[in-house]
Amino acid sequence: MSIAASVSGFLYRKPRLRLGMLLSAPLLWLGLAYLGALAALFVTAFWHTDTFTGQVVTEWSLDNFATLFTDEVYRTITFRTLGIAVAVTVIDAVIAFPMAFYMAKFASPRAQRILVIAVMTPLWASYLVKAYSWRVMLSGNGLVGWIFGATPGYGLTATILTLSYLWLPYMILPIYAGLDRLPNSLVEASSDLGGRSWRTFRSVVLPLTFPAIVAGSIFTFSLTLGDYITVKIVGGAGQMLGNVVYDNIGAANNLPFAATVATVPVVIMLVYLAAVRRTGALDNL
Amino acid sequence: MMLSKKTKYVLLAALVLGLAVIYVPLLVVLLNSVNSDTTFGWPPSGFTLEWWGRAAQNEGVLRALWTSLQAGLAATAIALVLGMMAAFALQRYRFFGKDTVSLLIILPIALPGIVTGIALNNAFRTILGVDLGLFTAIVAHATFCIVVVFNNVVARLRRMGGNLEEASMDLGADGITTFRLVTFPMLRSALLAGGLLAFALSFDEIIVTTFTLGAGLQTLPIWILDNLFRPNQAPVVNVVAAVLIVVSTVPVYLAQRLSGDTASGGRL
Repeated sequence: MSIAASVSGFLYRKPRLRLGMLLSAPLLWLGLAYLGALAALFVTAFWHTDTFTGQVVTEWSLDNFATLFTDEVYRTITFRTLGIAVAVTVIDAVIAFPMAFYMAKFASPRAQRILVIAVMTPLWASYLVKAYSWRVMLSGNGLVGWIFGATPGYGLTATILTLSYLWLPYMILPIYAGLDRLPNSLVEASSDLGGRSWRTFRSVVLPLTFPAIVAGSIFTFSLTLGDYITVKIVGGAGQMLGNVVYDNIGAANNLPFAATVATVPVVIMLVYLAAVRRTGALDNL
Repeated sequence: MMLSKKTKYVLLAALVLGLAVIYVPLLVVLLNSVNSDTTFGWPPSGFTLEWWGRAAQNEGVLRALWTSLQAGLAATAIALVLGMMAAFALQRYRFFGKDTVSLLIILPIALPGIVTGIALNNAFRTILGVDLGLFTAIVAHATFCIVVVFNNVVARLRRMGGNLEEASMDLGADGITTFRLVTFPMLRSALLAGGLLAFALSFDEIIVTTFTLGAGLQTLPIWILDNLFRPNQAPVVNVVAAVLIVVSTVPVYLAQRLSGDTASGGRL
């Protein structure tokens, strides 16, 4: 018997060893390197920077959190960011639902496949380029002004518009998957019982696809909460949480405070995930 | 479906309009790269390939392209190995903590990019004492690319079951031979699709890259961001943006064609 054969024979009799060998490298990479980095970031949030030397001082304190909660500026930015996230989520759900509905219920199987690719491919087109394209479109003599005769310019509206554009496919795909699983017979039964389109939608389709909508909202929410580049490109003066984090790492060189601010989107996401757990949305991801 | 004709047409109109909104901005960027106007005015005043020629000779752009390629290829290679190992472990075995491990694989992409970015930045700089460079960016990219390869391989493993491998073993092939002649050939297109998607993801990534790439280095997206607000660079920025669209969507399209089970590509 060759060495290779005897090694593989030995491994065949030891499934636990095989599993251990398969898991060790990915776990070392993700568990140690990535989780470790996240844990360290969380710890850093309790440290602070020496105002004189700019060095990180490894002393425990809640000062950063106190600043975050008491300073008017950060409260405004937190609520603005949350407001933008909610607006983007609602806009995307309203636009995505009819699109997904046609894809799932009226398109032929072949057309469905093509439509999924058509929705998905731009999802991967550069985030930066897509944000940039809205800067081009919203500019004084851009396409939007040319078509509608006016442009919202750069600011809060442009931020919401651009973020809604960026995350729309993330909303379409889960809703499409949810509608695709919804049996046609239920919709037909509702019509047989006299339900008109709107009634069927409200009492049958919407409740059954709600988890899919929530699944989509996880992406629109999480991605919006962490964004700072779109704001830089089309946002005018209004800042989001991501900008505070970015500025504290770069210009202000205050990594501990950046870490403190970064815990806000993470906590919001964890609370949101815990809240929607019961809708079954997590199984729709 | 028992919905009225009118509803059907309204929904179709919504779909067509929605797809138009998705594609128009991308087409505008592509058009602008051959627009003879130097500002992004609409409608375009004429057609020119001058900016493409200038971009092709711009040293900063070429260096950024080279950095993007190096980071993308290295991250993809690491993600292929780690993603495949994780996929085999989670798809073929039951063990304690399995759900935790699958959550761990999704986490780098589920958390906002800025959190992943500064977590790694902090770990490299203050904890490990490593200077940021190309290497640190590759490590960061590989971390969030693993999930893409993982999803593709898991989907394929689930679909192909274990019958053929068992047959191979019954016929006397050892584990290594079975992997080489049976398992791997069946996984090949899934790995290729996963690799293409991982490369596209790495090529586009900007937030995590901003925090993990060393000073003095630029990937194409970072080059764009650095030059976005310089009016005299606008035409070259448009060309680079057009290149990014093409380089990141073509692999995704190919990956879709290659692997029928890439339901959503991995970010979802």
